[in-house]
Amino acid sequence: MQDIAIEVHNLWFKYKYSNEWALKNINITIRKGESIVILGENGSGKTTLIKHFNGLLKPSRGSVKVLGIDTRQASVAQLSRKVGIVFQNPFHQFFSETVWDEVAFALYNFGYTEKEIKDRVEGTLKLLGLYKYKNKSPFTLSGGEMRRLALASILVYDPEIIVLDEPTVGQDARNKQKLAELIKLMVDMKKTVIVVTHDIEFAIENFPRVIVLSKGEVIADGPPNQIIYDDIIVKKSRIIRPPIISLLLRLREVCNVSIDYSKVKFEDIANYIKGLAGGG
Amino acid sequence: MTEAIKVENLTFYYEGESEPALKNVNLTINEGEYVVITGPSGSGKSTLCRTFNGLIPHFYKGKMIGEVYVKGLRVRDHPVKELSKVVGMVFQEPENQILTLTVEQEIAFGLENLGYPPDIIRDKVDEVLNIMGISHLKDKVTFELSGGELQKVAVAAILAMNPDILVFDEPTSNMDPQSALDFLKYTVKINKEYKKTIIITEHRLDYIIPYASKIIVLNEGEIVALGDPRKVLIENTLEHIGVSVPQIPFLFKKLRDAIPCREAPLTIDEALELLVERLAGHSYRSS
Repeated sequence: MQDIAIEVHNLWFKYKYSNEWALKNINITIRKGESIVILGENGSGKTTLIKHFNGLLKPSRGSVKVLGIDTRQASVAQLSRKVGIVFQNPFHQFFSETVWDEVAFALYNFGYTEKEIKDRVEGTLKLLGLYKYKNKSPFTLSGGEMRRLALASILVYDPEIIVLDEPTVGQDARNKQKLAELIKLMVDMKKTVIVVTHDIEFAIENFPRVIVLSKGEVIADGPPNQIIYDDIIVKKSRIIRPPIISLLLRLREVCNVSIDYSKVKFEDIANYIKGLAGGG
Repeated sequence: MTEAIKVENLTFYYEGESEPALKNVNLTINEGEYVVITGPSGSGKSTLCRTFNGLIPHFYKGKMIGEVYVKGLRVRDHPVKELSKVVGMVFQEPENQILTLTVEQEIAFGLENLGYPPDIIRDKVDEVLNIMGISHLKDKVTFELSGGELQKVAVAAILAMNPDILVFDEPTSNMDPQSALDFLKYTVKINKEYKKTIIITEHRLDYIIPYASKIIVLNEGEIVALGDPRKVLIENTLEHIGVSVPQIPFLFKKLRDAIPCREAPLTIDEALELLVERLAGHSYRSS
């Protein structure tokens, strides 16, 4: 199928020397241009799953196809050109002396011209607000800046599918806002964006589709409202609801107010409560 | 009330930097307080924490103007080793401060160094494991633990040294929400039941702000707000500098016209009470 970015079919995975399945019968189809978020507590299998998207891990059973290619038939290097993954600990992936060289590295490997390398690196560093640090060592950056640098070194070679593992950790509200805008921009550019996060507010404010993993299984896959109002899913995945949603549910309990379950965003619920309370 | 920490006209430049990381900071933290420090990335939160146990100026070199006193001790005059008996520090990555193989050894390590007899050490280890709710981890190997468990071990090891003040610098960044919430409850317990002064920098303000006696807001190395969280959070300071306001107080800023309040509610229960009261009054009037 032309419009499918990633197709995970009956995927089972067990780490070597482990007796337990880390992933159990996962079935997910992600279309090109989708932006999705994967939620789940530590140890639920999120990182194990995304490592299948560029072939770092291969299925024990079942299959993973990336842009139509079965990951068992391709090398990590081939898949990495199409799927850029930014992992959780950015400092584990830096090795260059300057921010500029770090971002340019992949482009030299892919054989781009000097002119193109210069244009792309400059553009990407500016996009992520890192241009002023171009001559600094990556290791002198703050945690939040390191995360953006890791993202820059992926974005610069323009992969079709972008996977971000916990991109909001250590980012303040303003940087989270910028990250959300950047994800929108990538989606506008027809990229497929997959974000793994614990940040429930970030997830439901910015993504139309949420996949919830628990103990290696997909326990929900749908729009955020289907997840956040579902007591069973919330309990099973140990999600903590945003305070405003907990408040709304308590308000329904105590005052019997009706709830519009299609609304999940802070602004929408705040306006609804404002309407109930009346102005002035 | 006795002062736990007093900072007077503190300005600090890291070596080789022309911009100060902290600019003319003044604050007082009393014994038994639970203080939350917040601010955008790079606003000086970690730098300020480092002055509380003398890492600044003894370990991180630079130019320090002004003074920091910890339980009356001027940090300039006392080495980190001495200050660490009074102030314990917990960082973002517990891996960096875990030294030994088993949980029990990890906690006993500091006490052994201070020359305590073995039976006292054993009692003390059991006591702090119990406080942190991790007695079941006593014989575990530290590298088998989850991030949340490891962070509790790090705190237990510090509690064993019995400092009066504990400073946490983004202790839950690497935990999932349930683990973070669970961990933060223990910081509250240490404060309430064991009367320790707690100072914490944390992004998840929603969870902890109801327990805070004071909030300190930093921006570009300066204190831009300081005081009772109920009063600070009803102002617009946090939004202006790009820090997210916890949802409950933020909601009530939006409801200002309908439900005016001079102090922000901090918990879901408080918010519910105000709303129920308003809704009851509202339907009464309109019926």
